[in-house]
Amino acid sequence: MLQISYIYTVKKIFTLNYLSIAKRESMTSIFKKIIQALALVTLPISVFAEWGLNMREGVTPISQKVYDMHMVSLWVVTIIGIVVFGIMFWSIFHHRKSRGVKPAKFSHSTTVEIIWTAIPLLIIIGLAIPATKLLIEMDDTSDTALTVKAVGYQWKWKYEYLEDDLTIYSNLDEKSVELSQRVDSVDPMEHPDYLLDVDEPLVLPTNTKIRILTTANDVIHAWWVPDLGWKRDAIPGFINDNWTMINEPGTYRGQCAEICGKGHGYMPIVVKAVSMDEYKTWVAEKKQSQEAAAAASNKEMSMEELMTKGEAVYKANCLACHQANGQGVQGVFPALAGSEIATKAENLKTHITHIIYGKNLMPAFGEQLNDGDIAAVTTYERNAWGNDTGDMVQAADVAAERK
Amino acid sequence: MSTVAHEHDHHHAPTGLKRWIFSTNHKDIGTLYLIFSLMMFFIGGAMAMIIRAELFQPGLQFVDPQFYNSMVTVHALIMIFGAVMPAGVGLANWMIPLMIGAPDMALPRMNNMSFWILPFGFALLISTLFMNGGGPAGGWTMYPPLVLQLGDAFPFLIFTVHILGVSSIMGAINIIATVFNMRAPGMTLMKMPLFVWTWVITAFLLIASLPVLAGAVTMLLTDKYFGTSFFNAAGGGDPVLFQHIFWFFGHPEVYILALPAFGIVSTIIPTFARKPLFGYASMVYATASIAILSFFVWAHHMFTVGMPIKGELFFMYATMLIAVPTGVKVFNWMATMWKGAMTFEAPMLFSIAFVILFTIGGFSGLMLGITPVDFQYHDTYFVVAHFHYVLLTGAVFSLMAAAYYWLPKWTGYMYDEKLAKIHFWLSTIAANVLFFPQHFLGLAGMPRRIPDYNIVFADFNMISSIGGFAYGISQLLFVYIVIKCALGGKKAKAQAWEGAKGLEWTVPSPAPFHTFETPPKLTKSMLEN
Repeated sequence: MLQISYIYTVKKIFTLNYLSIAKRESMTSIFKKIIQALALVTLPISVFAEWGLNMREGVTPISQKVYDMHMVSLWVVTIIGIVVFGIMFWSIFHHRKSRGVKPAKFSHSTTVEIIWTAIPLLIIIGLAIPATKLLIEMDDTSDTALTVKAVGYQWKWKYEYLEDDLTIYSNLDEKSVELSQRVDSVDPMEHPDYLLDVDEPLVLPTNTKIRILTTANDVIHAWWVPDLGWKRDAIPGFINDNWTMINEPGTYRGQCAEICGKGHGYMPIVVKAVSMDEYKTWVAEKKQSQEAAAAASNKEMSMEELMTKGEAVYKANCLACHQANGQGVQGVFPALAGSEIATKAENLKTHITHIIYGKNLMPAFGEQLNDGDIAAVTTYERNAWGNDTGDMVQAADVAAERK
Repeated sequence: MSTVAHEHDHHHAPTGLKRWIFSTNHKDIGTLYLIFSLMMFFIGGAMAMIIRAELFQPGLQFVDPQFYNSMVTVHALIMIFGAVMPAGVGLANWMIPLMIGAPDMALPRMNNMSFWILPFGFALLISTLFMNGGGPAGGWTMYPPLVLQLGDAFPFLIFTVHILGVSSIMGAINIIATVFNMRAPGMTLMKMPLFVWTWVITAFLLIASLPVLAGAVTMLLTDKYFGTSFFNAAGGGDPVLFQHIFWFFGHPEVYILALPAFGIVSTIIPTFARKPLFGYASMVYATASIAILSFFVWAHHMFTVGMPIKGELFFMYATMLIAVPTGVKVFNWMATMWKGAMTFEAPMLFSIAFVILFTIGGFSGLMLGITPVDFQYHDTYFVVAHFHYVLLTGAVFSLMAAAYYWLPKWTGYMYDEKLAKIHFWLSTIAANVLFFPQHFLGLAGMPRRIPDYNIVFADFNMISSIGGFAYGISQLLFVYIVIKCALGGKKAKAQAWEGAKGLEWTVPSPAPFHTFETPPKLTKSMLEN
């Protein structure tokens, strides 16, 4: 009885799944957490099952099979472990000097040695056969209805829908950006999808065999959504070929899985699976809104408009390196606050061209941002953090710098 | 003339700083290696504590992501090249001449050099943390193009790897030369203690694999500074080529860390089971087959780069095959314990824990070897849990076992058994609290090498961190036990352990400065395996 109520209480504290996370009180006290953590160690397995103990079954035919293969191998090693460690512990208990046993003298036996070479060999052959079948199935990228090219950038993803001629950039969502700053005033517990949410998810149709090509622009990244059942490296200069077919509509979250620098933990992948019809509508709307934005970006903006838009662009694209306060990271990413380039009038053009074409570690943003965005962010950088140059950059100024 | 030199050695053993700096004595150099590796263990451990502190809860609390990455990177480099490898070489230095009845290592001056360049190598590496741009931060695997983005640390990192490689290769040559030329008469290869066997095989792995690493990092250097494009796709190169070359070194490296551990455990279990090692010959062959196979499995570290399916299948089969000789070893250790008369002093406890926990690491290794499922496991905390099971509760536990086992021979005193047992239990419990939950984190979807994470990963990370701090603190107890043992205690007999076999137990404890100046006469019982 006591045990049950104890479990109930702990369970209440620990209802740490996606569903109830929003309700979870924000717990900042480290002490409280230690108590929780200690309580956990004594919990029965059934309680653990709630918070992601095991691999996810996922939502594609492949991910189900991967999960099954995982469970088979897990059970195989668990049973071997129980047998082997069981025998060992039996021996440790019975064959101890304190029980007055005399040590035996034997030191080899060809028969048992052949047996315990043969049995593991048979077990691994038994595992290798289904694994081979599954691998061959995963490798078959023929007959896909749709192709998406995922391009890794430091630190975001670009998705090109090749058939639909649509390109989107997928950045870490603004709320996560704010909460990930190293300041005491923020608590990532407030955000259920902290570091697992983006501004523009990858929208894919369900029940369609989709080819996903992975590659990268700068360093190696890896594209991984656990619910799809695989990950694949995104390698600059090379294209990897994969496929998926999502059965259930929903939002599936993953992260970059190959260390790619400072922002490695900050480039999630979010897939939103919708019906084919909804997908088509989404593509049409997206294209329209992109055209509208491109057209709008060419117009003159007021200082206020530039600063507001500039701050948003800065947060999504520049903050990871140059920091929220524009101070950069000493020795790696130069400060913008008070810098020569962002304050001196004669460097205005250099400022713009750095953003368009990149420099050293800094990637070229010319392709990702339209003229209005670049104008706004340049204006923002020249007027934020006490730079106060009063400079206003318009889309036309940026267009003039593009070759 | 020779008599004079002889006298000199005996009665005026070098003292003070010179004794250590100019030492050509295998025991002194062994001690230097061991102390150095213990220091590195704590430096690398301190970095692990920073990592676990940052991961204690979601959000960034203590360090910047770039610094976090350099902690992850330098922790690995220090633990692998600074703690585990030098500890293995230190044990080899101390014990191999004693075990085969040789007066010293075959190449004593090279021995001195191979040790003394190590501190310079690590001084370079650690100094990079204070340089413009921070320390190496692309992971210890140094994959391009990311590693080429390093600041001033880059050339220092490359030079450090070269220095450590040179040191290890010299150590390996020395071990091979010693074992092949200086065994006491009558000690044929198949009569050698298994620890010596595992080290000879390790030495060959070192010689075969480290030059490959040196080549790979040199290509990185020329890519960065001399305009070559080995790994640059824009210049016709291939970033994945580096991974192939790196892991051609990297996988044998895994066994460079693990084989001496097998040797240690194969020495200790028979002693405390009071029963000869089961299947000596099959142990030697299993070790050799693991070593040979280790050159044919490298690409299982990089299944997700997108190899042709035939390549993936080949590397999957070869990887799974390693389970067979590894299984043979585990079964042999069990059979050695079977019907023995066991006692459970600290070396035995650590050895038994090694067998169990290394096997758990082997189980997750088998799972990781299954390519289609590895696409899920790869680069997650499941992998982190796997390699810490084989390297910490595997290799490091065996080193602890070795230290307790041979401390009486080194210092002449018995260590404090009660404290050592406390150290064992604290370490074992803490290491499991530290690493077991990481399996769950990986399966639940947490990538490795991230400084911050979503709340779904919060609880297991906290448990893991608590285990980490407990493990870290427990190791201070080890230092105390070693110092206490070096300063005094119960006198150790020449044969410190009742069931111990082997030549090292025929010399007094502590082992005199010079031993086996004339080859020992081997009795039949000494040679039985």
